Amino acid sequence: MNIDKDLVAAMATPLVLAILMEGSSYGYAILKRVRELSAGELEWTDGMLYPLLHRLERLGHVHAEWGVSPEGRRRKYYQITETGRAQLAEQRRQWVTATRTLGGLWGFAIPATGV
Amino acid sequence: MEQLEARIKEWRSAIVRGGTVDDGDADELEAHLREQVAELEASGLTPDEAFLISVGRLGRVDQLTAEFAREHSDRLWKQLTLTHAPAEDKRGSVLVMLGFALLAAVLIQVARLIADMPGDGRDLREEWFLRGASVTVMPALAAYFALQRRMPRPRVIALAAAVAVVAVAASVFPYGGESTTVLIALHLPVVLWFAVGVAYVGGEVGSHPRRMDFIRFSGEWAIYYALIALGGGVLVGLTALVLGPIAPEMIEGVFEWVVPSGAVGAVIVAAWLVEAKKSVIENIAPVLTAIFTPLFALMLVVSAVGYAAAGAGREFDRDLLIVFDVLLLVVLGLIVYGISARGPSKPGVLDALRLVAVVAAIALDLLVLVSMFGRVGEFGLTANRVAALGLNLVLLVNLAVTAWHIARLLARRAPAMRLERWQTSYLPVLAAWVLAVALVLPPLFAFA
Repeated sequence: MNIDKDLVAAMATPLVLAILMEGSSYGYAILKRVRELSAGELEWTDGMLYPLLHRLERLGHVHAEWGVSPEGRRRKYYQITETGRAQLAEQRRQWVTATRTLGGLWGFAIPATGV
Repeated sequence: MEQLEARIKEWRSAIVRGGTVDDGDADELEAHLREQVAELEASGLTPDEAFLISVGRLGRVDQLTAEFAREHSDRLWKQLTLTHAPAEDKRGSVLVMLGFALLAAVLIQVARLIADMPGDGRDLREEWFLRGASVTVMPALAAYFALQRRMPRPRVIALAAAVAVVAVAASVFPYGGESTTVLIALHLPVVLWFAVGVAYVGGEVGSHPRRMDFIRFSGEWAIYYALIALGGGVLVGLTALVLGPIAPEMIEGVFEWVVPSGAVGAVIVAAWLVEAKKSVIENIAPVLTAIFTPLFALMLVVSAVGYAAAGAGREFDRDLLIVFDVLLLVVLGLIVYGISARGPSKPGVLDALRLVAVVAAIALDLLVLVSMFGRVGEFGLTANRVAALGLNLVLLVNLAVTAWHIARLLARRAPAMRLERWQTSYLPVLAAWVLAVALVLPPLFAFA
């Protein structure tokens, strides 16, 4: 299934922040997690993740730090910050409202408070 | 294997070529590419196949660099004018620039000749000339940017109308009032500089990133202008010395014709240089702020302690308040440029020094302000005092909030972007105040 580009773009921020809620991570692992979660249905140009991560860093939602991979390569790790958590909570509220609204029409039930 | 290394190297040089992806970003992307290649190889693909698939997943190089450019607009800004322009366009942009510089030079000579005409009262000549210079040169620069940015026609008309109102007001205001004449001469160029700003951002006055670009542009323009002025001063001085013995009568001609034309032409040339040779100054500006932030911090702390110990009760005159206005402006400039040049790195010693400088400046300024208010209470308000006090308060509010933002940055409670956003949000306040001093204050004080 091909998901609309605008929809992917809208999902990108909460998706990345939610993945970082599971613990600090780096670009390649974040993308692998996205693929895993969407069972490969979310088409995403890999490279576009990085400008997004940099934007989140500039906004203070994530904190980035250079580290070293087990193979000894330079690797940039990202960690969610307090403002990132707040931002995610806010986006989650909006997404829950959106999906509940559509769910009301299409007949699938969305729990009223969080998942 | 070697072939794979060569292809990765080639791909890396392709993504950094545009200048919007820096070395750190390239490291990050390369690490991603290598990990993807390794995983695909492990699943049985040849290095070649693995490389092709991995590069494909990362996205087309031009789209990728465009996306980086959108996020790192400061880098994009570096690329705006000349990177993608073919050689003909470059020559075209030089010609347009020279055309506008010539236009400004001609306008200033017309203003000078009109100012020289008899009957106007010789003593007012300079004041007339100063106003004439601002209302001709700045609109020329604004027009240059409106053309460069292909500003939409309705916005051009709105801007032109606003500039016309200012110009008409400047030309109908009477001369001769000792303080208001000086106030108008000082504030008119700044008002019109904001008009240049509107053209610079292509009319997108609501966009904070574009406003930040304009702040950067202003600082870099000032550096370039100072450099050109320095060179021009040497040139004119040597000309006078060389020609003096054989043609002393020519020297006056040089000063009347060459100096004003050169000075206003340089306004346009400096603006063009900021755009065309951006990376030159971009490397100098952070170095300059890094050198002068500690020095100013030290100077401000020493002065604050000195004034607190010795001069708190002493009376300050108006000139001193103006000196403090300039000081606050310089400190603010240092902070804004320093902050805009720093990456999203951890707060460091320079940030702490910035906080010291700002807090010392605020303390110092408060001492002076208290004393000034005492004087105003004693001698009443004049146009000059209102202008100096007002600017002082406007800057003080800005610095106080700036200090708060730097403190939050140091405590890692907010990103540096908040401070940038505060400065860009404050621009309209500054513009409104300068406009008020230039156009409202003089009639209010009966052009005294």
